[in-house]
Amino acid sequence: MIARVEITEKAAAVLARLKIQHGAMLFHQSGGCCDGSAPMCFPVGDFRVGPQDVLLGEIGGCQFYIGAAQFDYWQHTQLIIDVVPGRGSGFSAEAPEGVRFLTRSRVFTDVELTELEAAGPPARAA
Amino acid sequence: MFQQALDQVSKQVLIRERYDNYIGGKWVAPVEGRYFDNPSPVTGQKLCEVPRSSAADIELALDAAHKAKDAWGKTSAAERAKVLNRIADVLEQKLDLVAMIETLDNGKPIRETTLADMPLAVDHFRYFAGVIRAQEGSLSEIDNDTVAYHFREPLGVVGQIIPWNFPLLMATWKLAPALAAGNCVVLKPAEQTPLSILVLMELLGDIVPPGVINVVNGFGLEAGKPLAQSKRIAKIAFTGETTTGRMIMQYASDNIIPVTLELGGKSPNIFFADVMDQDDDFFDKCLEGFAMFALNQGEVCTCPSRALVDARIYDRFMERAVARVKKIKQGHPLDMSTMIGAQASNDQLEKILSYFDIGQQEGAKVLTGGKRADLGGEIGEGYYVEPTVLEGNNKMRVFQEEIFGPVVSVVKFDGEEEALSIANDTLYGLGAGVWTRDGTRAYRFGRAIQAGRVWTNCYHLYPAHASFGGYKQSGIGRENHLKMMDHYQQTKNMLVSYSPKALGFF
Repeated sequence: MIARVEITEKAAAVLARLKIQHGAMLFHQSGGCCDGSAPMCFPVGDFRVGPQDVLLGEIGGCQFYIGAAQFDYWQHTQLIIDVVPGRGSGFSAEAPEGVRFLTRSRVFTDVELTELEAAGPPARAA
Repeated sequence: MFQQALDQVSKQVLIRERYDNYIGGKWVAPVEGRYFDNPSPVTGQKLCEVPRSSAADIELALDAAHKAKDAWGKTSAAERAKVLNRIADVLEQKLDLVAMIETLDNGKPIRETTLADMPLAVDHFRYFAGVIRAQEGSLSEIDNDTVAYHFREPLGVVGQIIPWNFPLLMATWKLAPALAAGNCVVLKPAEQTPLSILVLMELLGDIVPPGVINVVNGFGLEAGKPLAQSKRIAKIAFTGETTTGRMIMQYASDNIIPVTLELGGKSPNIFFADVMDQDDDFFDKCLEGFAMFALNQGEVCTCPSRALVDARIYDRFMERAVARVKKIKQGHPLDMSTMIGAQASNDQLEKILSYFDIGQQEGAKVLTGGKRADLGGEIGEGYYVEPTVLEGNNKMRVFQEEIFGPVVSVVKFDGEEEALSIANDTLYGLGAGVWTRDGTRAYRFGRAIQAGRVWTNCYHLYPAHASFGGYKQSGIGRENHLKMMDHYQQTKNMLVSYSPKALGFF
């Protein structure tokens, strides 16, 4: 099974700290301006996902969602969640630590895309 | 140059080493006593410390706002207009100073803050001072004895969360209509760029009654969230990205309060073949219009970050357009001749670089730029990116996501139908540009684009009195225009019968 989303070791370490502080977390990939195109990390329950959110996968024990309309434009790429020094500007939980999660990307190979297609569309939130 | 600017600023106004929140007309230390560093993206050096506020600070600000709201809501339109005009006067008198502070805090070139951000902010306050004087309620004569009166009343206390790309101008876009309408405000500046708003509060002194504007600094999760979730606000306004926009709406739904959102775009800038019919002033303006993607380092919600160029002129046009982009002068943001300055933060820089990576993986061709700029000297550690032109197709991610950097993705089109299809093939609909010598086409095409603002033979003009806001996922509301009053007022209808007769039902 090909992962649609992965996390770097550095980002996983930050996420582990956030889970100690806040409990269970989830990610939602943002779009639009300012801090857009960045992944947002929230305590579970803070952000309500729904049928218009695609579950891309799990990283560091946390579910990672993206809006379905946005997924249509992004689905040919794998997302790799990294972390860099920074400040962010949304409500993402890591910002006060002086770091910001960052979405890096990799274009799937044709072989991977065929396999992903065969696996059918990813699940959505309820 | 950086130190000289700081010295010059400090002659006129003290940049405090440490700021507090501005609540109830006073500087109030954050309840938990925590602060964070505010670095300048120009050099990476620390400018000041600002409060790392929590829910308790938001409550203090809400206390102050609620205390002030009855009196402020009852002031006459003339009085409120006077206050707005006085704010504009102070900003105008201190324009050079505030422009410099904005550049130090945000990294944008001083010529933009001096010639665009600040004059626009000044005019914006004056515009809403005018709006409130001219605004009228209405009455409907239902029948000979029954009259419906419509009064426009303030909402009360509103929350506003400000972005970092035009810190003071965006604060102005939100503050001016809210104050004109008679509301009190709790405002949270962006954590990257808190300084200019704090300096403004200092400069305003007692012009604004205590509690009418309250500024609470801090991070989204710690200060923005309790503000957005509070049952003590009657409305929340936010400019930023889509996930947080959704979150703000979710919080607002808990309290059943209205929201206005401006969430960005991926604005197409469309050049029809006839722009090259002559090599004249108009064509020169078109080339500048193409290069507008570099304005404010591309950190504009309406950045014309997709250029659609008519296939009939594509090669000739791009040769001239790329040459124009190569002439953009990148340099020290405090140098008046610099056209493009620093990205606002390190994470912003990293995000832009990650898009160069994905763009090239997807097969986009770099026509110019494509990397970080090392400008050396005292700004060597700042966050600079070369103005970049990518060539590809609209399905690539660099065509679909707001990179928020000085990056334009260019695609050619064959005919109006294809141009329209590409222009509208996006999740967003905030801005668009149409360039043509054919007025009929400009009209027809502009009406067909799904975007709230279609610049026609111009781009990046933001005058007050021209409404601004998004279609599709770009948000809700129309700022910069008297239409915004509808988002900061509610209607009281008094339905009055002047008839002495019973209805006859009972």
